Amino acid sequence: MTTTVQPSAAAPTGAAPRARIRQDRRAPRRSIVLTLLTGVVAIYSLVPLVWLVINATKTQEGLLSSFGLWSNLRQTFTYDDGVFLRWLGNTVLYVVVGAGGATLLSTLAGYGLAKFDFPGRRAVFAVVIGAVAVPGTALAVPTFLMFSRMGLTNTPWSVIIPSLISPFGLYLMWTFSSQAVPDEMLEAARVDGAGEFRTFFRISVPLLGPGIVTALLFNMVVTWNNYFLPLIMLKDPDWYPLTIGLNAWNEQAQTAGSEAVFNLVITGSLLTILPLLAAFLLLQRYWQSGLAAGSVKE
Amino acid sequence: MADTLVVSRKRRSWAGWKFVGPFMAVFALVFLAPIGYSIYLSLYRNRLIGGNSFVGLDNYTQALQDAQFWAGFGRVALFLVVQVPIMLILALLVALAIDSGRLYGKAFFRVTIFLPYAVPAVVATLMWGFMYGPQFGLVGNINDALNITLPDPLGGSLALASIGNIVTWEFVGYNMLIFYSALRVVPGSLYESAEIDGAGQFRIIRAIKLPAIRGALVIATIFSVIGSFQLFNEPAILRPLAKNVLTTGYTPNMYAYQLSFSGQQYNYAATVAIIMGLITMVIAYVVQLRGTREN
Repeated sequence: MTTTVQPSAAAPTGAAPRARIRQDRRAPRRSIVLTLLTGVVAIYSLVPLVWLVINATKTQEGLLSSFGLWSNLRQTFTYDDGVFLRWLGNTVLYVVVGAGGATLLSTLAGYGLAKFDFPGRRAVFAVVIGAVAVPGTALAVPTFLMFSRMGLTNTPWSVIIPSLISPFGLYLMWTFSSQAVPDEMLEAARVDGAGEFRTFFRISVPLLGPGIVTALLFNMVVTWNNYFLPLIMLKDPDWYPLTIGLNAWNEQAQTAGSEAVFNLVITGSLLTILPLLAAFLLLQRYWQSGLAAGSVKE
Repeated sequence: MADTLVVSRKRRSWAGWKFVGPFMAVFALVFLAPIGYSIYLSLYRNRLIGGNSFVGLDNYTQALQDAQFWAGFGRVALFLVVQVPIMLILALLVALAIDSGRLYGKAFFRVTIFLPYAVPAVVATLMWGFMYGPQFGLVGNINDALNITLPDPLGGSLALASIGNIVTWEFVGYNMLIFYSALRVVPGSLYESAEIDGAGQFRIIRAIKLPAIRGALVIATIFSVIGSFQLFNEPAILRPLAKNVLTTGYTPNMYAYQLSFSGQQYNYAATVAIIMGLITMVIAYVVQLRGTREN
């Protein structure tokens, strides 16, 4: 008994210092200086947001002492017959259909590119990558003219249809699919006689979860924050998203002689950014793993 | 990118089109058709007398001699040369700091610095625009508190720098996250063997980390180049605050916008947009070429 115990007891003593060193390397000593320096960048990132929150509590008269957040909120939602709510509803519509559709299309296409070999596959790559380098604004004028001939301008479709294409989403879902879905599993499903779409929804979609959440979040940001596209496509304030509406209020506030509504611009801005900030904070775990996996192939 | 084009053990069939088809159909409608139409427009001119007529490359020669176009181009080129390196280096430093594991509360930094990306350009610009205000903004507060007069951030020569600050604020965290995600997948064993060989932190950064994330650096640079040349939202939204400085032709994009939607000169606007598109593509291509050749 003692002879068998001894060598195994000797081994840990020999290995202990090495193991300790390795642990030290994995968790290097924390640095206060480095933390402070990074803190400067964090403060830079936070200052405008803090400024926004503070100023949303001030009323138009600038009564610094009074807390005006509630009256500002009430005014924001009721001003001009509650047009802010209408803009919020439009934005939600554009995000649900536009970003949702963009995520669906890029998930299907990314998966198709990663997991199938088909005639014209290389051409698809070449065309998509080449077209992405074309500045979006080079497309804006001709898209506007085309849509105006088709009678689509000044309708929700003029904002939704161009939002359906997300090159970033395609790239992410393509790299993500090629890693997250093992070819063997697909082969097995095919051997069992499952159709391609059945295989996709039953086997692949669950594996693609973090990638889909990441693509959806980033598509949501792009659609929610879209400014240039609705600016050229929409004339009717009833179809404005929040971004265009807020800027219209701001221009009104800057124009001499008209009603100054700076407090509405500021409170409206705060309300506009809250949903996305909340989404990013709550879904951290998903998008951070989704991005990490997506960057492997870069 | 190229290596993943090689697909092994897959039967070649049309089945893939069922997945790629819907994307490509919409892509053709909102990317390919407008590009084609844009090229068509740039070759024609609409005159009051004579109507729509083919003019060959006349629009292009006109644009290449257009002082207003080149003034706008000069501004975004200056913007590109100054703002993009500042933003990307800052993003890289933060990513390296977070990845080093030497920070207290690194999750807090990662999220906080990224948050501005989720803020719409409109809101970001409105906020900074208010803060720039010398009367009732943050600059005004500082002036009052310290009894000094800071130069107007939107006055003449400072305006471009102030716009650069807004863009940097919006995208530093986004680029940081791209770099950080790429750093995360560098195998830790590489660092260990380098440390055993006696390499210091800066040497590890130069010899291992930077080469490992070269792809991410190239992609971030290309996105930033495209973004700079397309500069529109920030100066356009700030315009009411400084109409004399931020003219309608302040950037090529604002110029094209003004040409089409105030001047109805769609053909000429399309030409300006195509020239900017071509310049962007050439620079993006050069960045990619340089970035991959130095391997």
